[in-house]
Parts: sequence; structure tokens; C-alpha cells
Amino acid sequence: MGFFIETLLGGLMSGMLYSLVALGFVLIYKASGVFNFAQGAMVLFAALSMARFSEWIPEWLGMDNLFMANLLAIVVSVVVMFAVAWLIERLVLRHLVNQEGATLLMATLGIGYFLDGIGQTVFGNDIYKIDVGMPKEPVMMLESVFDGGILINKEDFVAAFIAAMLVLALTIFFQKTSTGRALRAVADDHQAAQSIGIPLGRIWVIVWCVAGITALVAGIIWGSKLGAQFSLSTVALRALPVVILGGLTSVPGAIIGGLIIGVGEKLSEVFLGPYVGGGIEIWFAYMLALVFLLVRPQGLFGEKIIDRV
Amino acid sequence: MFYRENGQFKTTYQSDQQIFAIPQDRWAILAIVVFAFIGVPLLVDVYLLRAILIPFLILSLAALGVNILVGYCGQITLGAGASMAVGAYAAYNFLIRVSGMPALAAILLGGLVAAAAGIVFGAPSLRVRGLYLAVATLAAQFFWDWAFLRVKWFTNDSSSGSVSVADINLMGWTISTPTDKYLFCLGILVAFSLAAKNLVRGSIGRQWMAIRDMDVAATVIGIRPMYAKLSAFAVSSFYLGVAGALWGFIHLGSWEPAAFSIDRSFQLLFMVIIGGMGAISGSFFGAAFIVILPIFLNQLLPWIGTWFGLDISVALVEHVQLMVFGGLIVFFLIVEPHGIARLWSTGREKLRLWPFPH
Amino acid sequence: MKLRNLAGVAAAIGLSAALTAPTAYAAAADQFFPLLVYRTGAYAPNGVPWANGFLDYMKLVNARGGVNGVKLSWEECETGYATDRGVECYERLKGKQGGATAVQPLSTGITFALTEKAPVDKIPVITAGYGRSESQNGAVFGWNFPLIGTYWMGADVLIQHIAKKEGGFDKLKGKKIALVYHDSPYGKEPIALLQDRAKMHGFELELLPVAHPGVEQKSTWLQIRQHKPDYVFLWGWGVMNSTAIKEAQATGYPREKMYGVWWSGAEPDVKDVGDGAKGYNALAMQHGAEPNSAVVKEVLAKVFAKGQGTGPKEDVGEVLYMRGLISAMLSVEGVRTAQEHFGKGKHITGEQMRWGLEHLDLDQKRLDALGFAGVMRPVKTSCLDHMGSAWARIQTWDGKKWHFTSDWYQGDEKVLRPLVMTVSAKYAQEKHITPRTPEDCKK
Repeated sequence: MGFFIETLLGGLMSGMLYSLVALGFVLIYKASGVFNFAQGAMVLFAALSMARFSEWIPEWLGMDNLFMANLLAIVVSVVVMFAVAWLIERLVLRHLVNQEGATLLMATLGIGYFLDGIGQTVFGNDIYKIDVGMPKEPVMMLESVFDGGILINKEDFVAAFIAAMLVLALTIFFQKTSTGRALRAVADDHQAAQSIGIPLGRIWVIVWCVAGITALVAGIIWGSKLGAQFSLSTVALRALPVVILGGLTSVPGAIIGGLIIGVGEKLSEVFLGPYVGGGIEIWFAYMLALVFLLVRPQGLFGEKIIDRV
Repeated sequence: MFYRENGQFKTTYQSDQQIFAIPQDRWAILAIVVFAFIGVPLLVDVYLLRAILIPFLILSLAALGVNILVGYCGQITLGAGASMAVGAYAAYNFLIRVSGMPALAAILLGGLVAAAAGIVFGAPSLRVRGLYLAVATLAAQFFWDWAFLRVKWFTNDSSSGSVSVADINLMGWTISTPTDKYLFCLGILVAFSLAAKNLVRGSIGRQWMAIRDMDVAATVIGIRPMYAKLSAFAVSSFYLGVAGALWGFIHLGSWEPAAFSIDRSFQLLFMVIIGGMGAISGSFFGAAFIVILPIFLNQLLPWIGTWFGLDISVALVEHVQLMVFGGLIVFFLIVEPHGIARLWSTGREKLRLWPFPH
Repeated sequence: MKLRNLAGVAAAIGLSAALTAPTAYAAAADQFFPLLVYRTGAYAPNGVPWANGFLDYMKLVNARGGVNGVKLSWEECETGYATDRGVECYERLKGKQGGATAVQPLSTGITFALTEKAPVDKIPVITAGYGRSESQNGAVFGWNFPLIGTYWMGADVLIQHIAKKEGGFDKLKGKKIALVYHDSPYGKEPIALLQDRAKMHGFELELLPVAHPGVEQKSTWLQIRQHKPDYVFLWGWGVMNSTAIKEAQATGYPREKMYGVWWSGAEPDVKDVGDGAKGYNALAMQHGAEPNSAVVKEVLAKVFAKGQGTGPKEDVGEVLYMRGLISAMLSVEGVRTAQEHFGKGKHITGEQMRWGLEHLDLDQKRLDALGFAGVMRPVKTSCLDHMGSAWARIQTWDGKKWHFTSDWYQGDEKVLRPLVMTVSAKYAQEKHITPRTPEDCKK
């Protein structure tokens, strides 16, 4: 029983981590209708930027303080991600207004490849350490009740907390600020939003910037767990079932979807996996999302797809 | 001047509706096919055959399959690699387990098994649409990735999960040299392309295109979406299965499930998008582009490096390749979202008037 | 679009066609080696030091004057650890500059593919420390050379070490050993031997596959926490290794009970885990990190001093760097042995190289002269034994460096040979290969 709870908790926290990446997808889709396949590459780019700058800044400025180095690295990385967002809007999205979904999807895939390439050219392709002071040792709870206690991974716990805070911040941003309202207006109907004077280009830059910050947070957390290296971009593939299960346009959906997928993955791997030889996590997550989709084809919280015939 | 249709009057519907209605087109295609069968093996050196032409032929076949599903029927799929894997392993099992099975039959049967699997994993398309469907097809990709690693029966209980096929035999002709392999793949490609072209011009093709353009309206006028969508998945998976079997048997000789991973699926989707969705010739253009680009960059970049006296490492070539690849995709999508096939048909339109301006 | 633009596009296509055609190389007297490396992708952190070590040794040999005057030449080709790209690289480079002398793919997956092609092209495939374990039997696998180590031998040494720690093979009964392995031909290699040994000694073997690229191991380690195996063997590559150690730390599994194969025991795997990897053990395929060895000093003096070093100077002497160095050394000694037989100072073909590799006899004196004193033990190959040496030991990470923490072990022939013979016989039957006789080998 204790082990079941342990796996459940591990799945919940793991799910929150996936939600972090899924948020980036949802944000961009919500505001511009573009499914950003480059999100994984953005997470990788942000993580590499953070890792390398936190290494280079102490060298350039000759300082020793880890906290300051990390802080400066975060500031620089935010600027870098803003620049990336601006460039993407300028060079790619502006020219692809009004194109169909498949074209935009492919464009983001192309951007993803480009970011992969330039990230590794500029920052290098080794494994780089991100040390933001995350706790590495586990903590055992309830050792008296369950044999061996319940393992809580402190790092995952902190990461889940940060993800929750980020979601809260984003929800407030969307609901309470005027920019957030403008974003929702653009998501609803580009032309109507333009007609009341909302500058489309600037809105898209803002959206991609926010997605970039989300990618940075995800990059720092995942990079701290796994090291900033090439495979980090494959984390996006793990977050895709979360996105479609929760609905492409829903921020709470990304969280709920993440929790469901996280729990589903871990429970299936630990309890069903041994019967079939193991390694079933990845496709089980997709199958789970598929089952939900068959019941609700637009995801749990997504907008119903309305077709004009 | 050369491409005018002046003086060409058709007297039967059949001659008007045939695939290459204009004699110039017919002669040109015939010349290309004859050159491909006879001229290329004589002129081209073995390395080009093995490294460029054979992959190009097999990947064109696969791109045809993806084009049928994505370009003609509008169902975005990211699980093309899985269909290729199913075809390859099914063909392998038929070849190994049924004694005396001719290789060609094994390959075609592999395609049929892939078609069946395609129907099963394409069933969600009846309920799920658009991007959701694209991600749902990834379920097939990851499932088959896992199945071929885990289920030993598929790989004939090989301890490593890696399988291999020795020289294959086609009615007494042993396919062993690169020229043999090239001619075999070319023959299959020509036959299958003809079949695909006719399929998309026929009733089933029109049903696919109706579903692609507006599936609710198509249902309203009486096209059965289940039949149309599942047949698209079936035909597409058949093509992909045969291509996968060819890739494993002919090009690689020995393969593991990683040869048909998600990168292969993305590669095929790129081919179709860059080549031109909804155009048979688009599959060929896209496949040529994707096959040649890495090799081209591999030669070009060190050559440019020597101008500047730089020693460009293979890692840098690789990274620049990624950047150029991504950049070219975006460039193509901005400049010509309908792909190289559209460029080609625009060129032909211009040729009809040339040398006159209008 | 204007006609001009279309004409420009056509011209660009023509130019690209011209550039894609491979340039012809005049056959030279140099010994050409194609280098299938991976400097990008998920496995680059481990592939790069190996490639650098390999290249530096080739440069060193040229700086020493070549092999009896014959210089070495090479060309790198990026495979990204992908089998089909490896095959493409092989096809592209095998005929260059008079033909490839030997090829080392650094990937078990590519080895499987090349095993089919090498006999046709007559190019030896050297897989020092990886590849097919059964290819040790040179009678069936005439062109594969898993020099100085195969995975069955490595797994066998690990079991011997565990048994020694427990106090005897009989004490293994009832113990649990978990194998966390990369879900690929590479990771599956040791399973056959471990299952044999499990039957022999009565310990329980738990198999835990990890999908490529290996960053998702949370469930694996939760299962390990539940089942509490006495030992965990790690058969990973690339980022899977450091992730495994990090997850072990996060679930509180003692690193002292973890044993990695020689490809899971290098600096990139433990450096960014730092103190969290303290106590982690790995197999050392004879060598460990050897920054004080004579050959490393020679590389620094003759190659780096002239500014020709391939990678960063700090990496010289690290575990994977040494492995690349040693792999190159075995290649070069194969050329030298072939030259002794076929003519010193002559260009060696692939077939002659195979003869050379089959008759390798590197005694301690020769190894010391080459600069490997204290690093390697003698290597002697033969027709039936393409491995040449079955020695290994255990090294442990102390947070900063690797230290050898065991005596030398030798793979147990009584267990290994029957397995090698059975599996290679099955392969021979499947592929209709007649095993070579000793007379065939002498040619």
C-alpha cells in the first residue's frame, strides 16, 4: 500500500513537470492558433542558455557567488528568449498569416530544427550542469506507518510547487490584466481583435515571450534534473499527450492533463509493466490520452471544434 | 514553343482523360522512365546508386503513402514510421517462417499486414480530427517501437532485437548487386506510382479529397467518412509497409526498430510538405530534396570552410545542417506553401507560353 | 513566379548535383581509416572523447613516422549513433583512397548491420569492447574483431566480483540482481550470459529496460526501491548513465551497490552528479583514466605541443579518451603485424589487415614500448578467438576521480566458450556460413 502511494505521488509530481512543458504549447495555441512543435527545442535552448551563462558569467566578471551568477544567468536567458520570440514573429510568423494549420505546424517544426542547430553551435553539445540549489536527496515520510516509509523526491516536489505558482501567475495574467484580455481576444478571432485596434504582431511577440519564459522555467527545472543536453528536447514528446488530453486551449487542462498522464504512466509502468517486460510508459500515456479523446474529441477542457459547412 | 497543345484534338473521352494527355508529356515521361531503367545503371557509379538513388526510390514510395493520407485525405499522421516498421517486420516473418516464400510475395504480404495495422490505428480518425489526430497517431508510433523491441516472436527470438535478411531471390534473379537492387526498387516504384495516380483520379480519390476539404459537407452529400478515411489509412499503410520492407531488405540488409523511429515519421512528413501535398509528383520532389540535402551540405560546408581556411568539424557540419534544414523548411513554407510540385507546375505553365510573354 | 527565378532554381539544382557527386581520390600509399563517430546527438558526450582519443593516436603514429614509413589517413563521418547513417557513412567511405583498412563503428547497432556487409567488402570490423559477443568466434565471424572485451566477458567479470564480495559463488543463491539496460541491441547483449549464470548460481535476475534516450527512469528506480535488489548492473550509454545515478540518488539506492559496464563508467557519466555518484563502481576494460601513462605524455608532447590536438587538453587521459586511444592502437598494431608478414612498408589491404588482426601478439614488452605500461595486459588473438584478452577489473568513483578497487579478473572460459559456440553456430546455420578451418585462417 505504501508503495502504491509512493508511486502515485511520484506520478503526480512527474505530471506537474510535464505540465510545465505543456503550458508552453497551450499558451501559444491559445493566443495564435499555432501548434508550436518547436517548444521542445525552446526548452532545450533556454536550458542550454541558462547552463552556459551561469558558467560564463562568473568567468567574465570574475565572481564567485553562485546565487548572483544564477540570477544574472536567468536575466540574460530571459533576454535571449525574448529575442528569440521577437525574431520568430518577425521572420516567420508575419509571413505566414492566414496559412492553414498544417503549414504553420511545419513552420514550427522547421523553427525547432533551427533552434536545435543554433543552440548546439553557440552553446556546445556536451552535458552541462544547472545548479540552482535544488535538493537532491530524498525524504522519507510516514516511516512508522508504512514499511520503509514513503519516498518523496524533494526536487520534484519543489518543481511541482514552482509549476503551480507559474500556473497561478499565468491565470492571473490572462484573467486580470488588459494584455491578458487582449490575448484572449486574439485567440477568439484575429480579425475582430484587429478591428478593435489590438496590434496583432505585438500580441504574438508577447505570447511567444511568455511561452519563452515558460520554456525557461521548464528548462531550468528539467535541466537541473537531467543536465542541459540534447535529449532535453525529447521531453516535449512526453508532454504532447498532456496537451491533447487537457485540451489545446486550456491552461487548467494542461495541469489536470499532466496529473492524469503522470499518474497513469507511473502506475502502468510499475504495476503493469513487469507483466509485459517493461518500457510501456511512453505508449501507455498516448493510449490513455487517446482513450480520453475518443470520449471527448477536443480534450477534457478544450473548446469544441465548430465547423462551418 | 515546344509545349504547345496547338493542333491536338482529342476525339474520345479516354484520350482526353488519360494521365498524360499531351503527347509531349507522354514522350517526356517515357524518356525519363527508359533513362531511369537503362541509362542510369550504365552511367552512374556504384556509390551514387547505393547511397542516393536507392534510398530516394524507397523513400519516394513511402512519401507517396504519406501523401495519400496527408495530402489527399487530409489526415495528418505522425506514425508513418510505425507502418514502415510493421511492413518490414511482417515481411521478415513471412520470409523466415514460411518456407519457400518468394521475397516479392513476402514484401507485398508485409504491406498488407501494415494496411491492417493502419486500419486499426487509424480508427481514431473517425472521432478525432486535426492536431489531436496527429498526436494520437504518435500512439501507434511508440507502441510499435516498443512492440518490436519487446515481443521476441517478431524478431525470431533474436537476443538483440536486430534482424537481417540475406540476398533475396525473384524468380531465379538474385538481387545482390546495387544495380539489381536499384532496378528492383525502380520497378516497384513505377508500378505503385501508376496505381496511386489512378487511385487519386478515381472515385475513391475524389472521396478522399472531399473529406480533406470539408468532411462534414462530404458526409452530407453521401460520402461515407468511415470508408473514405479508413481506406486512406489502409492504402497509405500498404504503401508505407512495402516501402518499409524494401528499406529493411534492400537498403539496410540488417535493421533494428530504431531505423523506423519518430525521426523517420517526421522526415516523411517533411518530404510531403516540401514536395507538395496533394500531388503525386510532390512525393518524388520531396524525397529527392530530403535525401540529397544532407549529402550536399556534407560536401558543401567543408568546401566553403577551405575558402576561409577553417577546419569544419563534423559536429559543426551536423549543426549547420540542422539549421539549414530548418531554415529551408521555413523558407519554402513562406515562399511556396504548396511545395516544389507547385513550382514545377508553374514552370510548366510558363513553358506553355514560352517564348511568348502571354 | 518569374521565369528568371525558375531558371535560377534549376541552375541551383544543377550545381547541387555537381557538388553531391563524390570527388575521386587517387589511390595513395596511405592506410585509410574511415572514422564513424558521433559528435552530436544524445550520445555525443560519450562519443566525443572516444573520437578525440582515436584521432590523437593516429596523429601520434604519423608523428612517430607512420607504420614502417606508411602514413595513416582518415576521414570522419557523423553517424549520430543511428544505424542507417552508420551504414551510409560506411558505404561512402569504404572505397576511398585505396580502400578502407578497417572500420570501428562505436555502436553495437551499426556493428550488426556491418557484420553482413564486411565479408562481402572484405573490410575487418573492429569492435573493441562492444559489438556482438558471439563474434569472438572467428571461425564463423571471420571479419569481426571484438578485441579485448565483449559484453558476456564483462558481465561474467561482474558476477565473479560480486561472488567474491559475497564470499563465494554459493553465497549468490537467493540474491537479487537488477539489470537496468538501454533498450537496444547494446543493452540486451549481457542478458544471455546473466541468465545462464542466474541458473548456475540461483540468483534472481530482474530486467528493467529503459527506452532511448534514457532520460525517463523514474519508474525504473521506483521499482528498484520496491524490489530492493542487492546489486544493480547498469548497461547504459550517453545521458542514460548520469540519469540513472541521479535517480539512484533521488530514491536513496546506495551507489556502492551499483556496477556499470565499461561504457557506463566514464567522466561524462559522473561529473555532473559529482558527490552524488560517490561510491559508484564500473567495469574497467583493462584501462581506467590514465593521465600519467607514457603514451598520454607522448601525445601531449608530440601532438598537443604542435597545436594538433583534437579536443580539449583537459580530456586527455580520461577513461573514454583512453579507450579511443587503445582502439586506434589495436588497429595500428594490426597493420604492423600484417606488414611483418606481407612486406614492411607496403600498403595493406583489408584481407591482409584481417590476417594481421588474427595474428596479433602484443606481449607486455611491446605494450610497454608503445607507452601502455601498467595500462594494458598482453593481447593475443587467433582464428577461434578474435577477442584476444579476457582481463578486466573494477574501478570506483570517489567524487573526483576513478580508482581501481579490485584485482584483475579473467572471464571464465568454461562458461563463456559454450555460449559463444552455441550462439555462433546458430548464426552460421541461419546464414548458411561454413565455419572456417585452421587452414583457411593461415592465408
